Amino acid sequence: MKISDIISETSSALFANKVRTGLTMLGIVIGIASVIAMTAIGQGAQNSISSSIQSIGANLVMVMPGAARTFGGPSAGRGGAQTLTVEDADAIESQISDVVGVVREVTSRKQVVGTGTNTNTSIIGTEPAYSTVRNVSIDEGDFLSTQNITSGSKVAVLGPTARDDLFGVGVTGVIGQTIRISGSEYVVIGITKAKGGSGFSNSDDTIFIPYTTAQRYLTGNKYLSEIDISATSSDVSAQVQSDVTNLLLIRHNISDPTKADFNILNQADIIATASSVTGTFTLFLAAVAGISLLVGGIGIMNMMLTTVTERTREIGLRKAIGAKKKDINTQFLLEAVMLTFISGVIGVILGWLISLAVTYSGIIQTQVSLPTVLLAFAVSAGIGIVFGYYPARRAANLNPIDALRYE
Amino acid sequence: MIEIKDITKTYKSGDIEFQALKGVSFTIKDGEFVAIMGPSGSGKSTLMHILGALDNPTSGTYLLDDKDVSTLSDDELADIRKDKIGFVFQSFNLLPRTTVLRNVMLPLVYDGIETKEREKRAKEALFAAGLNESHFYHLSNQLSGGQIQRVAIARALVNNPSLILADEPTGNLDSKTGEIVLGTFQKLNKEHGRTIVLITHEQYIAEHADRILFIRDGVLTENENGHLKRVIKNI
Repeated sequence: MKISDIISETSSALFANKVRTGLTMLGIVIGIASVIAMTAIGQGAQNSISSSIQSIGANLVMVMPGAARTFGGPSAGRGGAQTLTVEDADAIESQISDVVGVVREVTSRKQVVGTGTNTNTSIIGTEPAYSTVRNVSIDEGDFLSTQNITSGSKVAVLGPTARDDLFGVGVTGVIGQTIRISGSEYVVIGITKAKGGSGFSNSDDTIFIPYTTAQRYLTGNKYLSEIDISATSSDVSAQVQSDVTNLLLIRHNISDPTKADFNILNQADIIATASSVTGTFTLFLAAVAGISLLVGGIGIMNMMLTTVTERTREIGLRKAIGAKKKDINTQFLLEAVMLTFISGVIGVILGWLISLAVTYSGIIQTQVSLPTVLLAFAVSAGIGIVFGYYPARRAANLNPIDALRYE
Repeated sequence: MIEIKDITKTYKSGDIEFQALKGVSFTIKDGEFVAIMGPSGSGKSTLMHILGALDNPTSGTYLLDDKDVSTLSDDELADIRKDKIGFVFQSFNLLPRTTVLRNVMLPLVYDGIETKEREKRAKEALFAAGLNESHFYHLSNQLSGGQIQRVAIARALVNNPSLILADEPTGNLDSKTGEIVLGTFQKLNKEHGRTIVLITHEQYIAEHADRILFIRDGVLTENENGHLKRVIKNI
């Protein structure tokens, strides 16, 4: 029996009962489409999270204080210690190579009063390099200047959300007005451009003041709450991270790196972590979709078994006119495979359309990946073989005499 | 040429043995039209299955064109059926929702013959079975009973078999269309020299053959009987 004949026999059998064929295919179509759509959405989420992490700065290495070292007693938790100093930052700036910028930060949360309204927001004491290292741009006025830092001026740059909260939405002429933080008055010198929520924190709901001012009036000590280092490229950021670690260990007189009194984070690591989270999530979604594929496969087996029973006499006839076991087996197996393969094609197209719809609706930029599509085809054909095997074998093993007599 | 020598067939069901054929011997020459007649339960169906290479006998030999087919495997039997035997069934067994031509070409599909040659042979067989070209592309379920059985006869002819085996071919037809079908067999036998074995339980139907083999309780009771052959004319 020639392959072209088997295909022609198979397709005419499938076309003979269009409604049932269509309904059976639906299970696989939905399964494949959801696998494609789910992985595309997952991939899109992964990309969007990566890019939003990228937006917090370029090739960032962040140093934060470690847990406060207590001898016995409760730990104050990571970030609670006062271990990073301005001198540490100076040392990093002067001794570590491949560094574009070093930013000193003193963060705190305070109640801030504007014109009649007040809000509780995060106050970041920092310096001019912050705007380049953390990708913050100015909408109106100016960012902090070196002059502001050295003189410890009481000036503030507002994020757009903080401005709206303090002065009201759509109010202009905020520059030059004053706000009160912890009893001191600060002159507003600039407004930053909206960045949007970047996943972890809303950088728009922030007030920037010189770190020297923050140390003097808000925290009252000489410590920093974060040092941001921008490496020259993403390739060297890991190197910068280890150089900074070694430098700080020496400066803090710590010989055992596991007892470091600071934490150091590399942006690449954060992206990797976030990717692994979204990756797991994608896998989970795909697994759920995979279950529907399995159910679809069982539907195929069900239909094929019904078909074999219904066509018992046809099988008997085919055997009577000279069909061998192998011929019958191939015909019915191919029928199942063809069914699932066509379903696979339709499913891929449908899944791709769903991904496109999600992209156009603006929820997330989805990405259909070629390996997923190929996998979907392979899986759908595989389902045909697995779930078609038993019915086909049953058909092939029918005794022609009994099959011809079957009522 | 068919030579059946001392064929027996025993069915076992648990401890109970049932001998359907108890040593049957006969010969059918090429170009003969023979009827095998017997009541139900006589063993004629069993005999037909063995003649049709659908089943092996328990003992004895069956020579078809000098080849012993009594001990072949399932796949070898399938090859014998493909090359040497054409079946006509009581219940027609055409593929539903399939054209007449495609139905007739079906046996050639398993022979791996080229599509063009298949069509040519199928048309010849259909003409021989007395169907004209206007029916070739009709679906099998659009035909009358007599036409359907003639399509089935064409299908049995198409592989140019040594033996056409017709199992109660008129059983599902009224007597008038039954006559047409029987006439078709006579014509194929007389004009095309086909060897035909007709299995029936009715004397009247059997009398359309040249010779009748009576079977009862698994034994051939009469051979070489004389009867007045009924001849159908004007087919």
